[in-house]
Amino acid sequence: MNKLQSSKDAIAAIQSGMTIGIGGWGPRRKPMALVRELLRSDVTDLTVVAYGGADIGQLCAAGKVKKVIFAFVSLDFIPLEPGFRKARESGSIEVMEIDEGMMLLGLRAAAWRIPFIPTNIGLGTDVIVNAPELKVIDSPYDEKEWVAMPALKLDVALIHANRADSAGNCQINSPDLYMDDWFARAAEHTIVSCEELVATEFFHHGDQARSVHWERSQTNSVVCLPGGAHPSSCDPQYGFDVTAFKAYAAAIGEGNFADYRQQVIGADEATYQQAVGGLEKIQSLSLPVY
Amino acid sequence: MSSPQTTDTSADDFTLAELMVVAASGAFAKDGEVLATGIGALPRLAASLSMLTENPDLMMTDSQAWLLSKPNPISGRSAGDDQAQECWMGFSRIFDNVWSGRRHAMVGPTQIDRFGQANISALGGSYQQPKIQMLGVRGFPGNSISHANSFFVPAHSKRVFVDGECDVVASIGYNPARLPKGYSLDEIDIRLIVTNLCVMDFGGDNHAIRLVSLHPGVTLQEVVDNTGFDLQIEANIPTTTAPTAAQLRLIAELDPQNLRARQLKDNPPGVRAA
Repeated sequence: MNKLQSSKDAIAAIQSGMTIGIGGWGPRRKPMALVRELLRSDVTDLTVVAYGGADIGQLCAAGKVKKVIFAFVSLDFIPLEPGFRKARESGSIEVMEIDEGMMLLGLRAAAWRIPFIPTNIGLGTDVIVNAPELKVIDSPYDEKEWVAMPALKLDVALIHANRADSAGNCQINSPDLYMDDWFARAAEHTIVSCEELVATEFFHHGDQARSVHWERSQTNSVVCLPGGAHPSSCDPQYGFDVTAFKAYAAAIGEGNFADYRQQVIGADEATYQQAVGGLEKIQSLSLPVY
Repeated sequence: MSSPQTTDTSADDFTLAELMVVAASGAFAKDGEVLATGIGALPRLAASLSMLTENPDLMMTDSQAWLLSKPNPISGRSAGDDQAQECWMGFSRIFDNVWSGRRHAMVGPTQIDRFGQANISALGGSYQQPKIQMLGVRGFPGNSISHANSFFVPAHSKRVFVDGECDVVASIGYNPARLPKGYSLDEIDIRLIVTNLCVMDFGGDNHAIRLVSLHPGVTLQEVVDNTGFDLQIEANIPTTTAPTAAQLRLIAELDPQNLRARQLKDNPPGVRAA
């Protein structure tokens, strides 16, 4: 089955009011080119689930978001993500604030087609006080109470991989795949952008198939987008772009996101890459040291 | 790297940051084989120092995706440099470790209350519209109910040690009013608080926060004046133990570019001028 699509055709699967999950972590390996395509669409009223960075910030700034399900939204070196912060402090979005591990459990419950997973996470904190979605239940096996972390069912997941073939075999050979496998499994429809499109035979050799972390039936759409994680990092190809993140943060700070959207994000990915210095420059960004 | 000799005597010349690192490293001394996670330069140095000295069984990551047999220096490294990787430890596996309980995290919350509840999520306003949105609760809820936690506070003040409860209670503490059904307060494990003024723990009556030691030259009154709640204060509070020359040497090896000098305002000396 050939799942190769243009980013525009791939993103057409997303409709207003849907719940979407976004892979990556903070400023790391975010499917930002797919997010930009979403910013160019007329889709609105989204519920977004993510270990958030500029993906959530930009979608909030563009007015695409009804609700954010999050544990954090951060760019690490800019700890407080500017677009998200502005949306929160203006009270313009709904939220469900949960623990990082609860999000993993919610994605697993969705992937496993069960309504919830019991956990002690959140007990004794404001997480269970503030989020009406979270129910505390008795156990049939002991005398303690437990949080029933509900399945976080996704209509669509967006993920950026290092390599993929047109059948939907996706390789993540960055040191960390984060929770991307669970985003792919929790979604009805998974769109994967990749740095490099390869023939299926590529995975036949050596241990390349070892870093294919979910089977192709969990991938519905493949988009070839080299540089597609920019300005987030895509280890081992490139690091995150401090200058580009700062330009985005400045645009939010000055109330100029509309201009940023028009002038930087632009009409398509080629225009965007030109605006930020070109693909070669993106691919030469050095990897961060932790 | 060389191990410090037990005969080592205290050094004369050290910074407050180095004193705090050494005090904080003590938090991990009796942990045995657990994952030590220090968030921020000084807590990470503290865990690294402990792994190189008092607790060689400690486990640490490269702050990315690998568990190391020997801690990486916190400065002066380049991407792709060799490191002593012993197993893969991506973020999803970190949660498997967290939920096993075999971890001790040292974190720097924005607010801490008398119960040891902590906040990094938001300040003021409401859930729908906070006055200041910070990071979100991150892993605090799961960490606090799963494993040991300690706090590192670079600027001890009433803004951190708040009167009343934290604006957002992101981690469970020793608060009877929030204790979940079937739980006892003894199942919660908050260890040490290291600040720029003193060391505290939760060894007071009913897990009250107790003053353990004052840093050289710091008065009891200064701690009291900068804490938004009553501390349990016993007679004869000792002075925080100064770093040894061997500890300072290891800290310098772990931080060749002196990142530690930029963590506290004006990088004060370890012993205050009288």
